[in-house]
Amino acid sequence: MIRKLTCIECPAGCALLVEVESGKVVGITGNNCPKGEKYAITEVESPVRVLTSTVLTEGLPLKTIPVRTDAPIPKASLFKAMEEIRKIRIKKPLHVGNVITKNLAGSGANLIATRECLADQGSATQTI
Amino acid sequence: MFERELVIVGGGPAGMEAATSAHKSGVRDILLLERDQYLGGILNQCIHPGFGIEHFKEVLTGPEYADRVIKQVTSMPEIEVSLRSFAVHLTKDKVLTFMKPGILENVKAKALIMATGCRERTREMIHIPGTRPAGVFPAGLAQKLINIEGFLPGKEVVIVGSGDIGLIMARRFLLEGAKVKAVIEIQKKSRGLLRNIVQCIDDFDIPMYFSHKVSNIYGRNRVEKVSVIKVDDDFNELADSYFEIECDTVLISVGLIPENELIEMAGVEIDKKTNTPITEEVNKTSIPGLFVCGNSFKVYDIADSVSRDSAIAGELAAEYLRSLK
Amino acid sequence: MNAYDIIVIGGGVVGTSIARELSRYKLRIGLLEKEEELAFGVSKSNSGIIHPGTQNPTDSLKGKLCVQGNKLTRKICKELGVVFKEVGELIVAFDDSGMEELMRLKKEGEELGVPKLEIVDSAWLKKNEPNLSDKAAGALYAPTAGIISPYRFAYDLGENAAKNGVEIHLLTEVQNINLIPENSTAEKYRFEVSTSKGSFRARYLINAAGLFADEISKMAGIDNFKITPRKGEEFLLDKNDEHMTDHLLFPLPTKTSKGVLVIKTSDGNPMIGPTAKEVEDKEDLSTTDEGLEKVLSSVRKMIPTINSNDIIAYFAGLRPASGHDFIVRYEDKVPGLINVAGIQSPGLTAAPAIALMVRDLLKKNGLTLRRKIFFHRHRRKTVHLFAVPLSETEKLVKKDAAYGDIVCRCEMVSAKEVTDAIARGAKTLDGIKFRTRAQAGRCHGGFCTTRLLRILADETGKKVIDITKRGPGSEIVKKDRRDV
Repeated sequence: MIRKLTCIECPAGCALLVEVESGKVVGITGNNCPKGEKYAITEVESPVRVLTSTVLTEGLPLKTIPVRTDAPIPKASLFKAMEEIRKIRIKKPLHVGNVITKNLAGSGANLIATRECLADQGSATQTI
Repeated sequence: MFERELVIVGGGPAGMEAATSAHKSGVRDILLLERDQYLGGILNQCIHPGFGIEHFKEVLTGPEYADRVIKQVTSMPEIEVSLRSFAVHLTKDKVLTFMKPGILENVKAKALIMATGCRERTREMIHIPGTRPAGVFPAGLAQKLINIEGFLPGKEVVIVGSGDIGLIMARRFLLEGAKVKAVIEIQKKSRGLLRNIVQCIDDFDIPMYFSHKVSNIYGRNRVEKVSVIKVDDDFNELADSYFEIECDTVLISVGLIPENELIEMAGVEIDKKTNTPITEEVNKTSIPGLFVCGNSFKVYDIADSVSRDSAIAGELAAEYLRSLK
Repeated sequence: MNAYDIIVIGGGVVGTSIARELSRYKLRIGLLEKEEELAFGVSKSNSGIIHPGTQNPTDSLKGKLCVQGNKLTRKICKELGVVFKEVGELIVAFDDSGMEELMRLKKEGEELGVPKLEIVDSAWLKKNEPNLSDKAAGALYAPTAGIISPYRFAYDLGENAAKNGVEIHLLTEVQNINLIPENSTAEKYRFEVSTSKGSFRARYLINAAGLFADEISKMAGIDNFKITPRKGEEFLLDKNDEHMTDHLLFPLPTKTSKGVLVIKTSDGNPMIGPTAKEVEDKEDLSTTDEGLEKVLSSVRKMIPTINSNDIIAYFAGLRPASGHDFIVRYEDKVPGLINVAGIQSPGLTAAPAIALMVRDLLKKNGLTLRRKIFFHRHRRKTVHLFAVPLSETEKLVKKDAAYGDIVCRCEMVSAKEVTDAIARGAKTLDGIKFRTRAQAGRCHGGFCTTRLLRILADETGKKVIDITKRGPGSEIVKKDRRDV
């Protein structure tokens, strides 16, 4: 089977033709550099993505806190991870990088906060 | 009225970078005005990754990128931050009027940097005919509704235009359980970044129509459907290609317009087409000591370039202030 | 059951004018409106022109009421604190035969009593309207033409009527009208009006239902006219073009339409339009590519420099036409029923005069009118920051901190103006837009919508998911992510 991919390792965006046999890459054409080869193998054999979303809070000044996985997770598990994220309710202040959920949806990656949420957000930088 | 060495309007990446850069260049009396109740500007709603690769040499999300810059700003006590502060008037002598709850102030700035960002082009600007129901959103507004306000604006979405915000919102709607029925782009190819096309559209098999336009929006109270038609190289409609898509939401992602109404009010020469100051040099305007940086100077592709060029605005302002002494 | 001396059906500018006029008297008055807010029907798309009275046949009812209404509107605007700008109008001719036609229009206008009409020549036009086409030969100048905000006028009339005791029922759609036989137990009540919000009884029924006036009249047993909607598409230009013209500009009128105009509006954005096209559907408010083309090509004959990139908004309205003239009549066959129908242009101008005519018809047909000892003639003026100088704004901000809390950046609207609009009756995003201009500027609410949703939710106690653009079915968001 031949799969068409666009390499996104750099803005050149090479159009790759990848020959796949039982889930494994057996041939790649169209890449202008070695990055394309690596990209194609990962995309075909075990594609992963960093998932970003927001989680809801209770009793904090921000209604939502943005989050991401601290490592890419299997593409196939994105929707399962979203289901877990939807159930989360943050009740305590958080800093950027704080872990919210360990091993999100069994992916091995942690879900971390990407924005600070203090109990009293407004006064932190308000000076006038 | 009070006086300040340097006043900066806008607490997004551009304004904050200009502030820290001016501080590093020796300016010690800086007032930074931000209309929202938080610093960070539009980065706060850009929760997706892809920021900071050049500026911080690592991949960050918008809020993380903002957080790093905010920490730099707040570590410099000579940068006074005023939140919920809305600039409403500007004269050619750099007297700026701003308002916040309970206060209307006039500040005479020796140097002034405007980092007021962009607004989104609207459905009205591309003249899509039809009705005016609820459910037609500029893509950035939809992004704010989902990511900051915590609402889902619609369940069946058609996206007009393939700019980056539109592409990113396609994935965001999808992950939140909505259906994205199509992305309609009048040009022959996308204006968005390659990684967004692959990871926001291709990943989820979202149909993308190039050389097509939404020719009508239907629905009395809420959007009910749109009609789509193919266009030729001169954007003439090809009648046989007409089809309809049922949806409850239309996102408009057709570009950004720099917000420069205040400097225009002050008499700065503005290019009517791009809505940016007419100038030969980055960040400068026709009024000495009045600088513009970030997306209000020109529409940038990535935040990292905004930070890079806005640092120059801070240095230029410092240099200008030195020249006054 | 609610029982009234008078029920007015329709909360547009005609219905609210009538209700306010009648609220001077000791009467129980109810006003029924099918939409969630007043002025959401025909009135919201009105162009806001207070016509001087020109361009009407001398024997027409609308001509007479227009001339009278022009005078009355000024007085009412003063009482209610509505901004009235007397900008004057020019009907422009491009050749000799056009100039002859202007002479005829002038004579006709003077016969109707339109004051201060004057023919001006091309030199005058060059001096006073420099952007007007060089080809203009002359114009009929009517200095008494003015502009107001049509929806704010209707809202303020409604608010003042309510202050004087009129009970306004919104989301109340009339479904059926039964005539109560004479000598029945209900003695004086002649009508039983069934609505989506229950039944109402009335001695007199005033039908000011705009596009639906024919259907309402039929329900009451009178089937002698038909409303044919005539669609008009209008295009609003950026505020930067505010001084493109100094007067309202009209081409020479045709039989069915005043043509495509250049309109100054109360808030500064010039408007071009309207088109005129008969349509079947009373809810067809769509704009079209053809409409835009037509308006641009027509307007360019007067103002050649108009740039389509300056269009920031567009909308369509429907004129509730029935023949060429207004219908304002007491229906002898159904005693107690007054039809006020076919109120197309110049209906906004004529509305206060129509209200007086309705009052006189009621009096003539047996209703005793006794003045209230105290009638609230005035209304606390609405504050708009965009309309006052910064020195005034500074005072306002000191008086109430929320005036300093800017919500809409394009039009400079504060949180205080929004909460004030809600306190005065705004229930929807459109209601806030029409009253305050928040969302009416360049960015179309891209920036302020989220804040407005929150303010509306806080002030009305509604959930954000229940807040609408213009009534049930037009909810803004589909789901609160907190509701799993």
